[in-house]
Amino acid sequence: MIALEVKKMKKNFGGVKAVDGLSLKFEKGQITSLIGPNGAGKSTMVNLMTAMYPPDAGKMIVHGVTLEKWKSYNMPTYGVTRTFQDVRLFEQMSVLDNVLVVLTERGVFRSLFETHGELHLKQAEEILKRVDLWKKRDEKAEDLSYGQRKLLEIGRAVAMDADIYFFDEPFAGLFKEMVKTVVSILHELKNNGKTILLIEHNMDLIRELSDHVIVVDAGKFFAEGEASDVLARKDVVEAYLGE
Amino acid sequence: MDYIMHLSVLVGVYAILGLSLNLVVGYSGLLSLAHAAFYGVGAYGSAILMKDFGFSFLSAVVLSVLITMAVGVLIGLVLSKFDGDYYALASLGFSVIAFGVFLNWRDLTNGAFGIFGIPKPEIFGYKFLAGEPYAFLVLLAVIFTFLICYFVVNSSFGRVLKAIREDEKALQVFGYKTTLYKLAVFVISAGLAGFAGTLYGSYISFIDPGGFDDLVSVNLIVVVILGGLASLNGSLLGAAFFVLLPELLRFVGMPDSITGQMRQMIYGLGLIALMMYRPQGILGKFRL
Repeated sequence: MIALEVKKMKKNFGGVKAVDGLSLKFEKGQITSLIGPNGAGKSTMVNLMTAMYPPDAGKMIVHGVTLEKWKSYNMPTYGVTRTFQDVRLFEQMSVLDNVLVVLTERGVFRSLFETHGELHLKQAEEILKRVDLWKKRDEKAEDLSYGQRKLLEIGRAVAMDADIYFFDEPFAGLFKEMVKTVVSILHELKNNGKTILLIEHNMDLIRELSDHVIVVDAGKFFAEGEASDVLARKDVVEAYLGE
Repeated sequence: MDYIMHLSVLVGVYAILGLSLNLVVGYSGLLSLAHAAFYGVGAYGSAILMKDFGFSFLSAVVLSVLITMAVGVLIGLVLSKFDGDYYALASLGFSVIAFGVFLNWRDLTNGAFGIFGIPKPEIFGYKFLAGEPYAFLVLLAVIFTFLICYFVVNSSFGRVLKAIREDEKALQVFGYKTTLYKLAVFVISAGLAGFAGTLYGSYISFIDPGGFDDLVSVNLIVVVILGGLASLNGSLLGAAFFVLLPELLRFVGMPDSITGQMRQMIYGLGLIALMMYRPQGILGKFRL
């Protein structure tokens, strides 16, 4: 069953075709890795799917609903959340507030008179303990190490309790123990039936985690299939992975 | 004693203005230069309602705060489409327009001549004359404003404002229609500035457009940044500093004729020093 489908997505930056008519499908409950060399259009694709940039053309089908136009603030309604390639935390806010802000009421009036404070605090505690940051809950996000910041961003995405997760290079710059934590979070999400799009450069992790791999280059589709097959293809290895 | 009470009233009025502006500038990261417009709408609104239409002080305050909030909605709707430098410039535009209205809508505002003889507040038969009674009234108003601001910034709503300040675009991905939050805090802030205007007009008994020009908006930014961005206590400190500094200059023997200019220079130098060494302000917790 397809959780998310993208059709003929296009995005130009000046004269550069960052995404050039890409069509992709993501199976529900699977981890799909999107790979390709730097500048292939992977992160741009995620930014288009979450309306960080408006696409020049293309549409999305989420849970069977076709979207011709979509806004960032509507993505959680469709069960979609994400992390960013360059970590984007609410830097001068506490670690705890970085998680609480995605747990609490969305309506302006209801957020003024929040009535579920204790519940949200409990949820935030669970998530921060999961990424080993509960003890640092009162520190500002900007004071965390790079790896901790990555973990906090992943925790914030998990707190959204979405159906579809876009993880943009979640392992970049992490220590071994942190990598283990993120791997276990991804397994847990998958076991709970969540759909995951993973952008990653570490081939061992891609082999370990992916159910399906899609290769893109220069904003265009190049290849797809099971990780073991795709990563064994000579043209993929030679042209895009540099191995 | 009257002199101290007079200064207390002015500190109180500026404290309300500083607290309300800090919601927008300090907590939400929106550099608004439109605050003098709301201060003026509140002052003119209550003065006209009391003097020309015979409204009581309390009903004039409530109505002029509502009028100010309605103006805040109109201006906020336009401003919520902007951020960064564009927000500051567009808001300054509204401050200039408001000054033009105060000056040129003579039938309503009496133009450059201003409005004289604004009645003193009378609540349940008690008239708050200048001096201690008025200072007490303003103190109550400051406490009321502080509590409202405290409630706002410590709610989930306040947390969203801070996140808007940090990264509005990223916050939207998590389901927040941020323009609504920016509009809401702007309207709350406008209403409180209007409240300060009603207290000021009734206290001074005379208002004219010069009391609400764009320099006032800039001075209020100084109050907020000096005292501390995203710090309610900082706004109180900033207001005290702003009002009392020229008085201190007078005590050190500086002639009255130059204390005004010296005040502006000292504020300017203080602001430059703060931006260099403590950009969040004296008691502030956040940088712009």
